[in-house]
Amino acid sequence: MYSTLSFADEISNEMYATGTRGLNCCIQCATCSAACPAVDFMDHTPRRLIGMINAGMREEVLNSNTYWVCASCYACSERCPKEIKPSELMYVLKRYSIWKNRYRSDMVGPEFSRRFVRTIMRNGKSYEPGYAPAFIFEGGVQGMLREMQFGMKLLAKGRIPLVPSRIKRLDNFRRMLSRIVPLEGIE
Amino acid sequence: MKRYAYFPGCSAETVSASYHLSTVETGAKLGIEFQEIEDWNCCGATPYTNVDELLANTLCARNLAIAERTGLDVVAPCNACFKNLHHANEQLRADADLAEHLNYALEADDLHYGGTTQVHHLIHVFVRDIGFEAIRKKVTHPLKGLKVAAYYGCQLVRPDRGDGFDPAGPTYFEDLLRAIGAEAVPFPYRLRCCGASLMIGQRRAALAMVRDLLRGAAQAKADVVATACPLCQLNLEAYQQDVNREFGTSYELPVLYFTQLMGLAMGIGPKKLGIGTELVSAKPVLDCVARKPAAVAAAAAPTAKVG
Repeated sequence: MYSTLSFADEISNEMYATGTRGLNCCIQCATCSAACPAVDFMDHTPRRLIGMINAGMREEVLNSNTYWVCASCYACSERCPKEIKPSELMYVLKRYSIWKNRYRSDMVGPEFSRRFVRTIMRNGKSYEPGYAPAFIFEGGVQGMLREMQFGMKLLAKGRIPLVPSRIKRLDNFRRMLSRIVPLEGIE
Repeated sequence: MKRYAYFPGCSAETVSASYHLSTVETGAKLGIEFQEIEDWNCCGATPYTNVDELLANTLCARNLAIAERTGLDVVAPCNACFKNLHHANEQLRADADLAEHLNYALEADDLHYGGTTQVHHLIHVFVRDIGFEAIRKKVTHPLKGLKVAAYYGCQLVRPDRGDGFDPAGPTYFEDLLRAIGAEAVPFPYRLRCCGASLMIGQRRAALAMVRDLLRGAAQAKADVVATACPLCQLNLEAYQQDVNREFGTSYELPVLYFTQLMGLAMGIGPKKLGIGTELVSAKPVLDCVARKPAAVAAAAAPTAKVG
């Protein structure tokens, strides 16, 4: 008989895979929450989220906005007395939720991340105007218009190019990435 | 002449062209040649790590492998590019299996990475490899009386890379500003995050984070915020009007790259440093520099007589 892996085990295993400690040694001291500059905008603090993972509350964790509100500033990881790296945990949860296609529907992060990845796959470099449609999820048409106005201001100052920049050896670049993941899966 | 393999990063071609220009100009004054990494690609920013860690490392490995052929150390001016390239480099060096896997991918572009490249942030090159004394010697227009908030941002200092740069209480940015004659004001939020890519997707959170930074700099009576990262600059400067609209504030605080301030202090023309492309005018800073030659001459004259 094989026992199935618990949610807490799954997440901790992903943490180990990134070379960091698992969550089972968390002492719930809340140093991570105190260090976080974005904590006011999270529905669960990082400390509570770790507690929820350890308690197996999979649905509640995946429905949380906490990991998409993380800006990856590493303030928590620098201070955790148990050397857990909560900023890596947030990356793990982002990847986990994208794999499982299970995240809050009002989160822009997954769509923006996918768009970004596709843009780089096609050009080798980033191109900001290509991400504009991601805004429509957040601010509706109004939000998109606001971003277009903002873009025009930068354009007037010569800070946004009209056409995307591309790397020279794009074919090789794409073959390189396809040796890691099948491009059809992402594009 | 010191040479580096220079990784400009995508924003150097778009929103932060002024950082790129001022880096090359000030570098030339200090005898640094930034040799652009041939056919470099995006570092992956944060979205690649959100989607697939292995892919993120592959993007960085290609840049490291191309740079390795030149035998030069890599320099990145952007906090996020620096963090990604440095992180991937550490992982590749520590994990032979990962290196083998990524080298199989790199073969598609006739590349191989042997793990010998070092990665540095631009500001670390200036303060460690060039040094404050050499910088001081090149200053012709000291920024006397200019109050500057040194804003490190997050990924420049964190995670701790064990490279001698203190992640909790660094002072090199302030020291650099003093070396060019400016006054570094106490700025408690200097290591706090600018919100980074939260501006897309978590706009209110990002605007609030920027507001806190602007408030801290304004309370410290800063004339200008100095940054070492394109995303910090974009969020603090280009979104300043949005912050004002959202929170009913009226901040009008210029945000310049430290290389632009260095360039001004070394007598390089504002245009050559990309000044004039800001959404918040840098005029207060330029006025301070314009006053300088006369003031410096007046201050120097009595000393000359005494001598």
